[in-house]
Amino acid sequence: MKQILIISGKGGTGKTSLTAAITRLYDDIVVADCDVDAPDLHILLKPDIKERSVFKGGKLADIDPEKCTECGKCTEVCQFGAITEDFTVKKFSCEGCGVCVWNCPFDAITMYQKESGEYYISEIENGIMLHALLNPGEENSGKLVTGVKQKALTFAEKRNVEFMLIDGPPGIGCPVISSLSGVDLAVIVTEPTKSGIHDLERVLKAANHFGVQSKVVINKSDLNPENTEKIKGYLDKEDIEVLAEIPFSSRFIEALKQAKTIVDFTPDGIESQCIREIKSKLDKLI
Amino acid sequence: MKKIAVASGKGGTGKTTVSLLLTLIASKKYKVQLVDCDVENPNCHIFLGSFPIKKEKIGVFYPVINLEKCSFCKKCQEVCEYNCLLVLDDNVLFFPELCHPCKGCLFVCPEGAIDEGKREVGDICWFRESDNIYFNYAVMDVGEARANPLIEELKKNLENDVDLIIFDSPPGANCPMVQAVNDSDYVILVTEPTPFGLYDLKIAWSVVNKLGIPAGIVINRDEGEDKIITDFSSQENIPVILKIPFSLEFARLYSEGVIKADFFPDIEEKMFNIIESI
Repeated sequence: MKQILIISGKGGTGKTSLTAAITRLYDDIVVADCDVDAPDLHILLKPDIKERSVFKGGKLADIDPEKCTECGKCTEVCQFGAITEDFTVKKFSCEGCGVCVWNCPFDAITMYQKESGEYYISEIENGIMLHALLNPGEENSGKLVTGVKQKALTFAEKRNVEFMLIDGPPGIGCPVISSLSGVDLAVIVTEPTKSGIHDLERVLKAANHFGVQSKVVINKSDLNPENTEKIKGYLDKEDIEVLAEIPFSSRFIEALKQAKTIVDFTPDGIESQCIREIKSKLDKLI
Repeated sequence: MKKIAVASGKGGTGKTTVSLLLTLIASKKYKVQLVDCDVENPNCHIFLGSFPIKKEKIGVFYPVINLEKCSFCKKCQEVCEYNCLLVLDDNVLFFPELCHPCKGCLFVCPEGAIDEGKREVGDICWFRESDNIYFNYAVMDVGEARANPLIEELKKNLENDVDLIIFDSPPGANCPMVQAVNDSDYVILVTEPTPFGLYDLKIAWSVVNKLGIPAGIVINRDEGEDKIITDFSSQENIPVILKIPFSLEFARLYSEGVIKADFFPDIEEKMFNIIESI
């Protein structure tokens, strides 16, 4: 079984549209949406949620006003500025380190485990989908990503599927690092814009840093053919395969507006041919 | 001084485009500082031909363990919530990528065997685009997990003599986004008229609403069919403050790293209305 992660660095290059379309081409697959703070894959794959679980994320400090003497020790030791002038805890700033708890001379602070989100085990037409939703503003998205991936992995092994696809988050920080862990291949979706190229280089370095091999899809490739050539030249030098070049097409947006994947919306279109080309190249990994 | 954050749940909706248009237009009347808070993948600098003023390394605390003094009592390992210290019989291992620099280990060590070290996690850069535009961005080193120390550093470096500060926020709705928009006077939520755009707009709005910051919606790549967003706008009572039409030519210029403030002639007045209504 191969775990394939779809990431991009820059947001909005087409990760989710691509993941959903590739998913549709398999008879049996396990797919995980690891963009847990802005998950969109469910919009295209319409999962039927079978099981919901609460995600216990980080801890949070709580000050008991009865015991607090406002001595200020907690404000002094807190490195995150999470305690207000009137000695309450700023929920969005507290990182749950607990340093205030054991430094408080009056035992006025306790930690509690907060519910940081939910994750779901769902059925889709051709397999299983794991997804989650982080509560708005929460940290610990990396931990939730790991949780979703581990669940997906148990299903992938149980069902004996050939592929597990993972729709990754944007960026190169904590949730991306968690997404990269243990995958066989990162498929990086880029676009021929200066921003796209800048972010592609950074996400390639991140994948490389964590020892993950990468292949690239150039989306909207005819938007700027010169930049597409630049990307191909750069990737050639780095010995990274281009899986496909997908031309700019308003049909992706039209399909999305109808909440359909491109392969369902226009099965014979050039866009769908590109998706099938990517699939056949991925199949060779087995 | 007014502070405006430009945010969106979904990536690629046009945060950077809106931040730059707002900066360029506002600078016709006001002194502006643009702060690119998307430290994982900053893009504003690609569009600005700014004059660089200075660049500094950003460092965060990490424990430097003095094995001569260490009694291997494991207190540091016990207090660390992030499991970034592992105390062996005659050595202490530190995993920097797991560390949230809380200094708990430093405070708890009974032997005074931990010193304060500084670990580099990225760079912060200062630019001057024109008389009226200051510009800052920070960029996180590849392999680092936490964007927050870099955003914090950006926020420590706000100019005092400007009329307007614009924060280009990272995508998503988790801790870096919160840190970027927190303490703003107003949040511009950039979206696109698709189901993805709507879903992530709702998530971003729930964060901004929780923080108690007023917000307005910008619909980018609008081709007329935007009911999906305008319905949400009336239902939640968040005004649509601007619609930016889809333009292939604008997209091509963007791909070259070019943003023209006067490309859409209608938006200038609306941008000033936004600024002046805050």
